[in-house]
Amino acid sequence: MTSNQIKRPLGLQLLIYGFVLLWFILAAFPFFWTMWGSFKVELDFFSKGDWTHAISGVRTQAVYGESFTGAGYEGAWIQEEFWRAFNNTAIVCFFTVLTSLTIATLGGYALSRSGFRYSFWLLIIALVFRALPPITLVSGYLLPFYEWNVWGLLPTTIIVLVAINQPFTLWMLHSFFQTIPKELDESAKVDGCTQFQAFKHVIIPVMWPGVITAGLFSFLLAYNDFAVTAVLLNQDNQTMVPKIASFMGTTQTEGNVMFAVAAVVSAIIPLFLLVLFFQRQLVSGLTAGAVKG
Amino acid sequence: MFLRKIATVVALTTLASSVWAGCGISEGRVSIVGNEFPAIQTVGAGAMECAGGGVTVEKNLTADHQKINVPGMQGNPAEFTTAIVANSSIVALMNNDVIRPLDDLVAKHGQGLKKSQLITVNGNIMGVAFMANAQHLVFRTDILDQLGIAPPTTYEEMLVAAANIRASGLMDNPVGGAYKAGWNLAEEFVNMYIGQGGQFFEPGSAKIAVNNQHGVDALHMMRALSNFMNPDFLTHDSNATSAEWKAGNVAIMNMWGSRVGPLKSDEVDPAVANNTDIAGPMTVGGGSTPASTLWWDGWTVSKNISDADAEATFIAMMHAIRPEMLNDETSPLAVWLIDGYQPTDAAKGVFAAAAMGTTPYPMLPYAGLMHSAAGAELVDFMQGKETASQALADLEAAYTTAAKEKGYL
Amino acid sequence: MNHKTFFWFFFPTALAMILFIALPLTSIVSQSFHAPHEEVLLVAEICDPFGCETESTIDHQATEQLKQDKPLGRWVGFEIYADRQHLAFKEVAQFWQSRPSFTGFISSLNNLPFYRAMGFTLTYVIVVTPLVILFGLIIALAVNSLHRHLKGLMVFFSLLPMIVTPLVGSLILFWMIDARGIIGSGLQEIFSDPNLSLKASTGLTWITLIVYGVWHSAPFAFIVFYAGLQTVPKETLESAMIDGATRFQQVIHVVVPHLAPLVAFVALIQLMDNFRVFEPIVGFSAEAHATSLSWIIWNDIGQEIRLLSSAATTSVLTIIGVVILLTPVLIRTWREFNPEK
Repeated sequence: MTSNQIKRPLGLQLLIYGFVLLWFILAAFPFFWTMWGSFKVELDFFSKGDWTHAISGVRTQAVYGESFTGAGYEGAWIQEEFWRAFNNTAIVCFFTVLTSLTIATLGGYALSRSGFRYSFWLLIIALVFRALPPITLVSGYLLPFYEWNVWGLLPTTIIVLVAINQPFTLWMLHSFFQTIPKELDESAKVDGCTQFQAFKHVIIPVMWPGVITAGLFSFLLAYNDFAVTAVLLNQDNQTMVPKIASFMGTTQTEGNVMFAVAAVVSAIIPLFLLVLFFQRQLVSGLTAGAVKG
Repeated sequence: MFLRKIATVVALTTLASSVWAGCGISEGRVSIVGNEFPAIQTVGAGAMECAGGGVTVEKNLTADHQKINVPGMQGNPAEFTTAIVANSSIVALMNNDVIRPLDDLVAKHGQGLKKSQLITVNGNIMGVAFMANAQHLVFRTDILDQLGIAPPTTYEEMLVAAANIRASGLMDNPVGGAYKAGWNLAEEFVNMYIGQGGQFFEPGSAKIAVNNQHGVDALHMMRALSNFMNPDFLTHDSNATSAEWKAGNVAIMNMWGSRVGPLKSDEVDPAVANNTDIAGPMTVGGGSTPASTLWWDGWTVSKNISDADAEATFIAMMHAIRPEMLNDETSPLAVWLIDGYQPTDAAKGVFAAAAMGTTPYPMLPYAGLMHSAAGAELVDFMQGKETASQALADLEAAYTTAAKEKGYL
Repeated sequence: MNHKTFFWFFFPTALAMILFIALPLTSIVSQSFHAPHEEVLLVAEICDPFGCETESTIDHQATEQLKQDKPLGRWVGFEIYADRQHLAFKEVAQFWQSRPSFTGFISSLNNLPFYRAMGFTLTYVIVVTPLVILFGLIIALAVNSLHRHLKGLMVFFSLLPMIVTPLVGSLILFWMIDARGIIGSGLQEIFSDPNLSLKASTGLTWITLIVYGVWHSAPFAFIVFYAGLQTVPKETLESAMIDGATRFQQVIHVVVPHLAPLVAFVALIQLMDNFRVFEPIVGFSAEAHATSLSWIIWNDIGQEIRLLSSAATTSVLTIIGVVILLTPVLIRTWREFNPEK
């Protein structure tokens, strides 16, 4: 499946590129549209009269004298101090991913290598835990958190995000460890390693595609979470998504929707860098190393 | 540009605060929870001025305030020392018994308050109101003038006007309305049912009684109006309805007084903005009570906090709504109930509503249950999938189930 | 791996789940069997800025002692499970007895909130889950065969539908599919029907939600399979090629079996997430046409008067629904644990 295999026939090559192009348009068009629109006023980007206003910027021109304006970005970053929310998100994401991966890698590995029945049942119980809608959980946390005086703090939210996402990360890593042949660490154990040494010297070097993918999901969960952060954080500790929601206003009032759009476009850029950066880890699996001893 | 205005207001009031320097409290904890619209942001910012020295002031103004205010006041000591609420949402706080009577504090520090600002239950002061709101008519002067139609005063006239506008070819769907399934649709039903002269509950009990001729008439009027609305009306909340208005797609609608200002902002096409005018709410079915409800927003003080914190909170909130906070920036943000408020042009609809004897939204412990049941169960009728009396029967059944669970029946 | 090693490997993750999921879960289950105490109402004069009225209010003193003695509320057993807003046994039995026809029975069921929500939820699960797996696999194979410089970019762009926060993403898409938005007007052109609106009819709303669901979740399947493709052992592929397998045969006989645990994982997560479908319903304001169990919970908790027992009951029903739905996948996992000797 690597790209330097025998040459593909031209037809297949065209088919692949055609499909990738189509998918690219489907996946990315709304984003480019949003990026373009973030430099317009609300009545252009969300025009209920004529969608071509979003391209030409008729109202933007009427208000600012030109068809592009940085007002949304200025409002979000300077006036509303969006960078505070950005910092909070960075803290929440970093610690959530770190903690999630550490404990789930150990747990997932143990589940995939233990032949006993209880590990199956543990997986099932984790699954049942995940079936619980997060909104029910969060409203259940409120009263005890207020009692213990930990409501509104970043660490509380981090622990909750780690715990809520643990079943998912655990299952995912368990499935990944299953695709890594058991012979690898068993032969290490035959050579006299303890289970932990086998894990450290044999499994860790080849587990990165799985761990990075699981990390990506933990990261996205923490980055995009609204159900937990909107209810469990106080205003000073707000992360980006609840902050963006506060720009949008409610049914009873209008907010500044274009602040929200500009903030969303800004919030994508760190993700772009991150994915590009971890690309290499994503493709450094068994294909690179030896499969069997 | 609402938020920019707020920022200026905050900047101005912060400047001003250095002149007044503190609010006469030396210590205590103030923590505010409330919704996040501009007028409340102004009040929150006003209370923040009292921070400093031994006084801490925190605010959590968020659209999710209803999810956190009750649990946040149930603890002891409560996380929030005050909650900003409306007449529909104070009920949840009273039902859970988390707010304290304010009589002693009003006697001590409430000299600036008008009697009408006080929310009392059997004479006990439970809250202090600072602003009012109501839904009323918004219309396009140019369109109505062109066709020689007077601004409607009844919903029946609104239907005739709508038919005329459609026939003239000026607009396909000239009527606007926040009919989104859920809270908004239920609110319109509450309006229309009151306008028809209906009573929601059997007197003195939590037993619902809407499946009657008033209810059927109210629903039929809503259906008739929806025929002149954008076919997506069940997805239109007041934001989407305002957007329709700004795009010039709509000529007459029933809308919140607080939403009129933005319809005339710089960003809106002047042809729409300059021809937008408002009038009092409409009546329906020959009744004299307008098909609308009056709303107030105000603040309360937590029960589960020390007397010192309660006093600090009361003083800080009094500071936030002192007459001096009214200026050119803050006055247009709401219809303030504060002494010294000069009504702006955008307030005339709400004042007309009050003058016409519009009913306040019912402050009953179980009104919210009826509201949610209506929001979910009337949808099928609005789509033409069932009859009005079937929809009302469903509404009653859904309400009764919920009220039994909550122990009201 | 022996029990002791297993315990230490598994302990941290177990602790997190017990504290923050298992304990709340027990309290939710207990709440679903309890309801708030019966309230005593008294008539009071209530005054506000608009005048005074005599209205009902709650007499807290009357029930204070009771509430202190029994803070959980009154025990109601399965009453809430059986009421009209949930399983509605009484109403269903009544509909069955008075049914004019089977379709008539189904349409009266549709009038009950729980069954209406199940109708949409199950359709959504059945349609979206397989499509997500299929598209995810095709995208993963296609992207994996690209030149390595293109791969990085395509991985990022492929993830976009999933990573743009749904809060704003749905706002923008909701506008795009408006009758006057770019996609909405495009569809009107294509079907040459100027009155076409995706938001006005139940059928079109369902299709919109399903298309959105596939678009939003395909990147999840894609990235999992893509990572899995990196662990396909080269030797197996090479020996398959030597045996003369075509590309298609390689995919079917080597790649797919290798990815089997991941396919099971994606299926499991997708079945579960789709069963709990919630965000698109709120984002697309589709409540009038489509509801789900999660939406019902949100609706119970987010109102002015919160129905906590009702929300707890719906949550327990959701869990039961998920477990039933996942049984086939779970049986497969069970077999993996007990390989035939």
